[in-house]
Amino acid sequence: MSKVFLALQAIEESRAIIEAIIKDNPDVEVENQTAMTKVSAEGKLVINAPTVSDLIGREWDPQELQLVLITLAGNVDEDYDHFTIYWDN
Amino acid sequence: MTMNTQKRKKRLNMKDKYKHMTRLGWDTTYQDMDDVFPKDKFEGIVIHDWEGWEDPFRMTMDSYWKYQGEKDKKLYAIIDAFAQNNGQKNITDARYVSALKLFLTGVSPLEYQAHRGFADIARNFRGDGPRVACQMQAIDELRHVQTQVHTLSHYNKYFNGFSEFAHWHDRVWYLSVPKSFFDDARTAGPFEFMIAIGFSFEYVLTNLLFVPFMSGAAFNGDMATVTFGFSAQSDEARHMTLGLQAIKFLLEQDPANVPIVQGWIDKWTWRGYKVLGLVSMMMDYMLPESPQSWKEAWELYFEENTIALFKDLERYGITVPDCAATVSAEKDHLSHQIWMTFYTHAAAAPFHTWLPDEKKMDWLSEKYPDTFDKYYRPVYEHWGKLEKEGKRYYSEMLPQLCQTCQIPMLYTEVEAGKPTQIAHRQTKFNSERFHFCSDHCKDIFENEPEKYVQSWLPVHQIFQGNCGGSTLPEVLKWYKVEFGQDNLDYVGSPDQKMWKEWKGEE
Repeated sequence: MSKVFLALQAIEESRAIIEAIIKDNPDVEVENQTAMTKVSAEGKLVINAPTVSDLIGREWDPQELQLVLITLAGNVDEDYDHFTIYWDN
Repeated sequence: MTMNTQKRKKRLNMKDKYKHMTRLGWDTTYQDMDDVFPKDKFEGIVIHDWEGWEDPFRMTMDSYWKYQGEKDKKLYAIIDAFAQNNGQKNITDARYVSALKLFLTGVSPLEYQAHRGFADIARNFRGDGPRVACQMQAIDELRHVQTQVHTLSHYNKYFNGFSEFAHWHDRVWYLSVPKSFFDDARTAGPFEFMIAIGFSFEYVLTNLLFVPFMSGAAFNGDMATVTFGFSAQSDEARHMTLGLQAIKFLLEQDPANVPIVQGWIDKWTWRGYKVLGLVSMMMDYMLPESPQSWKEAWELYFEENTIALFKDLERYGITVPDCAATVSAEKDHLSHQIWMTFYTHAAAAPFHTWLPDEKKMDWLSEKYPDTFDKYYRPVYEHWGKLEKEGKRYYSEMLPQLCQTCQIPMLYTEVEAGKPTQIAHRQTKFNSERFHFCSDHCKDIFENEPEKYVQSWLPVHQIFQGNCGGSTLPEVLKWYKVEFGQDNLDYVGSPDQKMWKEWKGEE
């Protein structure tokens, strides 16, 4: 199994997203680097829109991730209620 | 009541919305489709069903404009704040600005080339899914070059070495390396361009370009550059996904595509790596404070991530590019050999050079324990001694350039265990001899000699009398590089004088 990761800008809008990732992906690894936060996991990582929405108190659209994403590794699967990144191997 | 239990607004499923908003093409009847799309068959790529294309981000134009508009608003707020607060005075050291000069002259014009290239393939693919995705990327790339030029224009008010970036990109010797890389891609067919830029550059190598520049900027107090970098990078995640989608699409369409695609991956990973040599030097030598060495970045972003990527592509019969072993062998040497070349040819480059100080050399020893003290520190110490004696060493010779990558023949036989022996390959084509820096560049030439015999090699052009004359002052005039202002060492430059005045050191 290979690692997938997302790197997000270290800014306010990313906080709830990272919190939601930690909540829904128990084995996730979070690294704070210069100006960015890297979140990685074995094989698969999911952001559930309802979890983020709960944290920020408004509806969150997974496409809002576009505003804070720096880079990623893995295949993307996105719909209105989730953003998933995964490897097929 | 939490948002969870609230009923989410009902809307069209994203997959359906994407389909309705992107499948806008039709089969032409007045003209034959092959006449309307004349470029998407000659490369030998077979596409049975363009409908097989899907963008995993499912980005549609309405969302695209909305999010891009928000990104630009955020970026401009910070650019304005940087200018209003004299941010240029808060960087770690004015040496850092040379890294920005390298970026604006060597990287930003490539964003424009990418814009042109993606606009062209958006016109030339006959499937409407990839056409829409490529059109968005073309607009992104235009945004990148504009925001980069705009952000760095603030530095141009104070520092030398920015003003003629577009002119320099077309003429100055080392800038022919990035320029010819994109010229090569843009003169290929649309599928090769997609694999060259969309996959090999954007997916495999882009992290090594942007993340080091941006974390370098953050480490050195350059808020404006961090922001334009991350704003561009937020588009990059979409580009990477497009590149990965493109390669899978080609591989799934027909087994005959596999060997063609593998050849392009091999070629373009190597071509891209050669361009990134400039980044290695920037990371290890030009940043006063370095967050990460080239070697560390290579190990993290290539060796670790790319292995995962190629494991995913294994099922199609795709393997790790054949140059990976060479690149890994060279990671302990690359940045040192390149910075030494610029140090000795600093009279002809529009940014400043310097010798690494003791602190930097200790950092380099720590990051490169197997090579720095053994091969490179002694050379810097020797040059330092010459500087103290007032005999600063400049090479007066023009170097032989590699016919493929156009880099001076500065690389050594690292893979063969002879790191002090210059690597040199040659071949004959139509009874003319051509020279190369490596087996990989020679292989690329031999595969398409008719293309690479046309290379515009700066040194050859100078000797042929096409660059204003054969002496340094004549060539610099033709470059529009001001001697003693844009070039030479940082120490003694007008940039240094101004910095010292700002810091009250003079």
